[in-house]
Amino acid sequence: MADKIPILKMGNYLLLSIQVDMHDQLALDLQEDLTNQIVKHRAKGVLIDISSLEIVDSFIGRMLSHIANISRILDAKVIVVGMQPAVAITLVELGLSLDGIATALNVEKGMARLEKMVSDDQLLEFERGEERDISAEAGD
Amino acid sequence: MPASAIAELLQTHENELLQEWTIAQRAAGIRADLIDEDTVIANSRELLKLLTVAAAAGIDDFESVQWSPIKGMLERLSRSQSRQGFTPSDTATFIFSLKEPLFSRIQQYSDDAAKDIWQINQLLDKLGLYTVECFMTGREAIIREQQESMLELSTPVVELWKGILAIPLIGSLDSNRTQIVMEALLEKIVQTESDIAIIDITGVPTVDTMVAQHLLKTVTAAKLMGAKCIISGIRPQIAATIVHLGVELGDVITKASLADAFQMALKELNVRLVTSATR
Amino acid sequence: MGKREIFPLKQETDIVLIRQRVRQAAEAAKLGLVSQTKIVTAASEIARNALIYGGGGECMIEDTVRNGRNAVHLVITDQGKGIADIAKAMVDGYTSGNGLGLGLSGAKRLVDEFIIESDLGKGTRVELWKWR
Repeated sequence: MADKIPILKMGNYLLLSIQVDMHDQLALDLQEDLTNQIVKHRAKGVLIDISSLEIVDSFIGRMLSHIANISRILDAKVIVVGMQPAVAITLVELGLSLDGIATALNVEKGMARLEKMVSDDQLLEFERGEERDISAEAGD
Repeated sequence: MPASAIAELLQTHENELLQEWTIAQRAAGIRADLIDEDTVIANSRELLKLLTVAAAAGIDDFESVQWSPIKGMLERLSRSQSRQGFTPSDTATFIFSLKEPLFSRIQQYSDDAAKDIWQINQLLDKLGLYTVECFMTGREAIIREQQESMLELSTPVVELWKGILAIPLIGSLDSNRTQIVMEALLEKIVQTESDIAIIDITGVPTVDTMVAQHLLKTVTAAKLMGAKCIISGIRPQIAATIVHLGVELGDVITKASLADAFQMALKELNVRLVTSATR
Repeated sequence: MGKREIFPLKQETDIVLIRQRVRQAAEAAKLGLVSQTKIVTAASEIARNALIYGGGGECMIEDTVRNGRNAVHLVITDQGKGIADIAKAMVDGYTSGNGLGLGLSGAKRLVDEFIIESDLGKGTRVELWKWR
């Protein structure tokens, strides 16, 4: 299969929007790709937009949980945004509550929440160090 | 008389049968307010034609394929009549009034009239019962539609503050209504991008296990979507029921009153209400 | 109304196609959005089971009428080794593979009627109904 879900890097964050009806292999590829990208870019947070997904079955649900768990080990926060009401109701009925995965209503709220989660977590020193870097570059 | 002979009889005497049948229907009372005579005749003619075709293929087994066109026609007719306000009797009379003209024909031409009449009688009874059945399912469908539209009317989701929704539930909740209400709430959360939804059950007299489960499922679903739910106004009896039924409330936030829930929601959103200084 | 189709279930991408066709049937039967999502999800679960554990089979999709209500009717069959203990397989959390064990029991909760028959060594047949 040629299609692949694009992962965008924005600062310390990775963004991806799942817009196709995923077959299982595509989901597995995504999982692997994302893991590699987190390591490569030293991402601090991952935002997954699923507002276009019309269904989430136990396979996709499991994939989301896996991504969250792997990311946690790699020290990146994950937030899933935009789940449709019908999808949420169905998932609950199916018996999946995706415990431990942070959620938000849309990309904007998700990004704000993700930034807060990451900044709460990071050491102050580290943040300061980064800010200095940026100001130094600006001075040049 | 074999089935084919009956079919032939129906065919050769079609016009007389139709005429006598219409007269019989008129005698039984045609709902002139709901249907005009031309339609009655058109319906009768169509049924008679279908009956002829079906009878030619055998009248013993009502379940076999040759009867499906006639069933289809009766189904359409009964359903539309149930919508137009006919009674089940009106609809069934349409079939039953064919008996008299048809029986007298058979009497005239059959060698074993008693046997043939019995057979046709059974057949017409089946057709009559079938129309009544279709009539009833048609009516049930209407009732269901009306119930649904009523339920939708009785689910006001209101915005209390930018980002805070409330749904005040009033009256008894069954699992069907709860489900519809909850779907409406989740839809509205997406529409208004609200972070918090308050489900107020002050006006709900009792809660059974199913309803409690639905409420909890809604809270979980909202969480999956990225919103928080607060349940407020739980009466003492309901609290007791929930504990008694062993429903696991988990980490659901509950507040005594809608006011308390609203206050908490404002706090969550970092909104502070300040009384202006009085002098 | 009354459309009835049979789709093969031989590879993963067939599940995607089946999901789309079930969605179309559910729309044709005028099911609500939540009901549509539920039957599509249930079909996805059962189809995946049939593919992974049953080695594939086929899926019949039909939009029809049941007791005067519009309905979607699915029959998913495989010719796999069958399920030895259906009662056990229907319990939440039970799995013979490495799934979450929610496939069968979860799918059952999503539909209005769920019928499962399994012949050891011959295969499994799952019938799903969702009506308006």
